[in-house]
Amino acid sequence: MGLDLDLELRDGRTAVLRLVGRLTMLGAGDVRAAVDRAVDAGHPLVVVDLAGVPFMDSSGLGVLVGGLRATRVAQGDLRIAGAGEQVRAVLELTSMDLVLRPYAHVDDALRGD
Amino acid sequence: MPRRVVVRVLVVLTLVLGWTYVAWRWSSSLNLAAWWIAVPLVVAETYSLIDVTLFGLTMWRARERPAPPPPAPGTTVDVLVTTYDEPVDLVMRTALAAQRIRHPHTTWVLDDGARPALRDAALAAGVGYVVRSPDWEGRPRHAKAGNLNNALLVTEGELVLVLDADQVPDPAILDRTVGYFDDPRVAIVQTPQVFDNVPVADPLGSQAPLFYGPIMQGKDGWNAAFFCGSNAVLRRDALMQLGLVGYVDASRAAVRRALRTARAVLARAAREAADPTVADALTTVRAAAARAQRRLDGGDPLGPVTYEFQRAVDAASGTLVDADVARMRADLEQIAELHDAHGTLTLDQSALTRLAARDWSPLGALEAVRDLLRAVDVDRHDEAQAVQPVATVSVTEDMATAMALHALGWRTVYHHETLAHGLAPEDLPTMLTQRLRWAQGTVQTMLRRNPWRVPGLTVGQRLMYSATMWSYLSGFAAVVYLVAPVLFLLFGVMPVTAWSVDFFARFVPFLVASQLLFLVVARGLTTWRGQQYALALFPVWIRACVTAAANVWWGRPLEFAVTRKDGRSSTVAWRRVLPQLVAMVVLVAAVPVGLARAALGLSAWSGTLVNVAWVGYDLVVLGVVVQALRYRGYRAAGRTEGER
Repeated sequence: MGLDLDLELRDGRTAVLRLVGRLTMLGAGDVRAAVDRAVDAGHPLVVVDLAGVPFMDSSGLGVLVGGLRATRVAQGDLRIAGAGEQVRAVLELTSMDLVLRPYAHVDDALRGD
Repeated sequence: MPRRVVVRVLVVLTLVLGWTYVAWRWSSSLNLAAWWIAVPLVVAETYSLIDVTLFGLTMWRARERPAPPPPAPGTTVDVLVTTYDEPVDLVMRTALAAQRIRHPHTTWVLDDGARPALRDAALAAGVGYVVRSPDWEGRPRHAKAGNLNNALLVTEGELVLVLDADQVPDPAILDRTVGYFDDPRVAIVQTPQVFDNVPVADPLGSQAPLFYGPIMQGKDGWNAAFFCGSNAVLRRDALMQLGLVGYVDASRAAVRRALRTARAVLARAAREAADPTVADALTTVRAAAARAQRRLDGGDPLGPVTYEFQRAVDAASGTLVDADVARMRADLEQIAELHDAHGTLTLDQSALTRLAARDWSPLGALEAVRDLLRAVDVDRHDEAQAVQPVATVSVTEDMATAMALHALGWRTVYHHETLAHGLAPEDLPTMLTQRLRWAQGTVQTMLRRNPWRVPGLTVGQRLMYSATMWSYLSGFAAVVYLVAPVLFLLFGVMPVTAWSVDFFARFVPFLVASQLLFLVVARGLTTWRGQQYALALFPVWIRACVTAAANVWWGRPLEFAVTRKDGRSSTVAWRRVLPQLVAMVVLVAAVPVGLARAALGLSAWSGTLVNVAWVGYDLVVLGVVVQALRYRGYRAAGRTEGER
């Protein structure tokens, strides 16, 4: 029932962080650490793939915003892709969808359009 | 003298003589040198006397009701024909007869087999057709009780007439029963179950004239007549009330269970939490759980207790959400400073509340906490229907349902008039399987709902339910009654000190009085078959007790016990009654040995003759099994009528 993470450093300054499981305070520390690792490795443009995340709470949203700040400080960005119904509902409720625009696919997010 | 007085005099006489005899047996006649058979025998005899005592109490208030008033016009009734795998023709025969019932009603076929052919036949005949709703998929189906519960949510008549697929109703069945419901306290009217495909000799003991007669009339006198699964009219309101009460009880149990297990988990999670805000929130929830548990133990109603608990959880969730939001605001402010772009997090109260609500709560990160929150949701997500009107605690739903209704103060009626004609099993294996199921259901009910511990029943009702349950323990006594005479005849083992004048002077009067009581109560009905089977099916009763106990206490499925229904080959039927056949061989063999021992002076003639007579009785009783084995079904019996 925990959260599985897979960080893939890609060409240029990009990285893809794939999450599978519930995004709550239990996995928050791991997500934060993975984002920091990507930034430290010189890949501050991180796309978080949420296709495998059925549920996210306020702590989960908090860690995404925290990651956004860390990447921005490093002149990068944090984008999210593949958000499911519940995750989108949380984003819209908090109007965070304006800050963290949900992309349909990882490739869209990498292109940024 | 009025009949009732005669019956009561005989009851008193039988019980006084019986208890005098058994008291003497315990105090002065035990042969303790052979305690291993002496004690089982006296226990078996005591068991039987308690059985007779409960029978006497049943007869004490036996009553014949006057005809009920005609049905109140406009009373709406649903006629529910339940089926699982019976042939379509047979079900439709009953359904069409149900359509012809005179009192206005709607007829429904409840097809637990979901057979397209039956659906087509029912719809073509203009009969309602019901199958299980999709909610039942992957959940406990609860057999016939589940079938009825499913239909109760689809139909809406004030009353329901329940019919087994083979029970063809008389057109007057509702005219004769609905009037009882003028009394708003009446919940059930049960009528007899009688079978048409049974020869006069009734080799399989299908008819139950003593039960659907004096015994039910006796229970009725104590307001304890119960639902027997078919040929009964039930009040929907009463069933729904039962379902709601059961729902509340089940919810309460689920909440208590969840609270109990959650406290330990919460304590550990609070200790392990890295974030002090989280630890504080978990500690708050744990305190709320402890308080809720205390209040439930103190008898506070579920509603307010769970409400208070939920508010405490919401508050704890709120602190976590607030902390998360504060952190996000700080992050966003920093981002804004970097890019002078996106501004702040603007959240109104309703958004915050939503984030802290049970299904999104950050506390739900812990699985145990999530389970707890869901359990406190009281929606019984493990069952297809939150509200289950017909009791599901046993494979025979009828008795448990009636007991629950009695506990709520409802009244029941036994209407002694044959208003439906059914079909009985026509071969021994099918009959044995059916009896096993009934016995298992009764024992299950007894173990899960002990009538002495169900609040709300009157003493009379407790006694009447005990009487039925008690009678199913007879298998163990029967073994003793079969073994004891054999032990004497073969080995001279004496369970009593002597078969002397002392013995006869106490036993014979009791025997005469009890048989006289039986004779008067039965009023010329042929009850001998029933007496034979009560003893002769001892392996079935024992098996029912053992499997039902294993099911209730250790959760073993009953299916292990239910033998396959294959009436097709009579060559294997004898295997099903092997214990009885072996017993008969041993009993027969014991007689010449016993006589030889007496002739050689190894044992007394008095004891030998008593035991030979005893063996003779046992053989006559068990002989019914041979008759049943030779039975070839109703038609076949009709053809060979002339041979007898």
